[in-house]
Amino acid sequence: MIPLLSSRAVAVWRRNFLVWRKLALPSLLGNLADPMIYLFGLGYGLGGLLPEVQGVSYIAFLAAGTVCASTMNAASFEALYSAFARMHVQRTWEAILNAPVSLDDVVAGECLWAATKATISGGAILLVIAVLGFTSGPYVLLALPVIFLAGLCFSALGLIVTALAPSYDFFMYYFTLFITPMVLLCGVFFPVEQLPAVVRVISDWLPLAHTVQLVRPLVFGEMPAAPWLNIAALLTMTLVAFLIALHLTRRRLLK
Amino acid sequence: MSHVLPSPLVVDQLVKSYDGKPAVAGLSFALQRGECYGLLGPNGAGKTTTLRCCLGLTAPDSGTITLLGEPVPARAREARARVGIVPQFDNLDPDFTLAENFLVYGRYFGLSDATIRARIPELLEFAGLAGKGDMGIRTLSGGMKRRLTLARALVNDPDLLVLDEPTTGLDPQARHLIWDRLKKLLNAGKTILLTTHFMDEAERLCDRLAIVDGGKLVVEGAPRALIAQHIEPHVVELYGEGAAEWAHAEGGQFSQRIEFSGETAFCYVAEAAPLVAHLMDRPALKTLHRPATLEDVFLKLTGRELRD
Repeated sequence: MIPLLSSRAVAVWRRNFLVWRKLALPSLLGNLADPMIYLFGLGYGLGGLLPEVQGVSYIAFLAAGTVCASTMNAASFEALYSAFARMHVQRTWEAILNAPVSLDDVVAGECLWAATKATISGGAILLVIAVLGFTSGPYVLLALPVIFLAGLCFSALGLIVTALAPSYDFFMYYFTLFITPMVLLCGVFFPVEQLPAVVRVISDWLPLAHTVQLVRPLVFGEMPAAPWLNIAALLTMTLVAFLIALHLTRRRLLK
Repeated sequence: MSHVLPSPLVVDQLVKSYDGKPAVAGLSFALQRGECYGLLGPNGAGKTTTLRCCLGLTAPDSGTITLLGEPVPARAREARARVGIVPQFDNLDPDFTLAENFLVYGRYFGLSDATIRARIPELLEFAGLAGKGDMGIRTLSGGMKRRLTLARALVNDPDLLVLDEPTTGLDPQARHLIWDRLKKLLNAGKTILLTTHFMDEAERLCDRLAIVDGGKLVVEGAPRALIAQHIEPHVVELYGEGAAEWAHAEGGQFSQRIEFSGETAFCYVAEAAPLVAHLMDRPALKTLHRPATLEDVFLKLTGRELRD
């Protein structure tokens, strides 16, 4: 189960980057539109009814959470729908595997690429909320590597589902049973302190919760309370998820 | 003799099973440098599985494979760096132009952008698509896509080309053009391994071929030699009303061997003249007299029943 990795993974990444570059602007606007609608709709609409949340306006609180949720969504969509298209529908992976590139390189390249796309999406939202004045201090720059790490984690998790998927329909389960609940359990829309104690135990184990615990303080110019714990948790989940994705993809394609 | 040069591909006692069913059951063959070698077999004979094993895309249960001097699957990646592969199904990148397809594919081989770009005009020319580098893939016809896939397989200037059913689904014009290109490559000294179930294709292109069935090698040799060795030189096909009855009753006097398939009787004969003369008096029987082909050998050795 040792991954057979080489620098050829970069060629896979570059292939996806070249496709993205052709449609960069519409893709970016598409990635921004949905979270921005939620941010302004809920932020001003709902936020107007609320006092400050954790010492900031509700829209500022939500803005930091939106960065995390968008990062997760961008990574998941790329690792599920787009990677599945390349693996199964377009046979792009099959073509790559005929070159001196291992399947592990392909999976690693896809994971890196989905994380890159997530960083572009999360970073773009970070930029918008910085311009709108919802961030403070230079620590916000440290949010970028965190977004990339979270991107890797959600990409690796997504690739597990892709390796198991018989068709696109299968992804609905992942979104309904994992992604959507996570948004509600991990402090994106409201502080996790609002959750019952039992539910908070679950929340502590979810990658989005660790992402939010890192990103929100950084956005507000503070150091997170336990950064190394969050980073270690994300790194561990990324590594384990990647190895599982690798194993399942090998089982699917190298028979 | 070619013994002096190492063989581009040696397969020895290859075995690969799926769910306990053998797809390849002890197959051995070796290519000679500069030849076109064909793997022929009905559907499910194990051709594609054999190719996948040879390229290191799946691990065999047992047996050894040496591809361009490298043990496979252990060093398959190193071996594939000098192989060009044309898959059974087109997998060109639909998001890219023709030129970008070459560029992106060449990068998988670790080639620099400059090296690849320098080769693109010549590859387009080879594909009969000169000057069309900026065109999109989606607008190409099936034949153009096949030619482009073949040209893409040459991006790394490979020593060995592996083609899995290269002309399946193409019209006659497109097939002839592919054959012409493959002959060009053979003249340039490349070695080709191809699978096909078109017998005319194999007869035309292959220096040697192996007929494979049930994952085993049935027979191996040059197409002409196989025909001479395994089958009578002439075939008279009889069909129409009374053909089968006549063949059962009288065919034996004139034929070395008769095979039946549906309403048609195939009379295999060493000397066709007596049979043809005899049939002149029976105008109700429709006849077709032709020389024996590789297809007759194939059907004799693998049987006429359908493989689904």
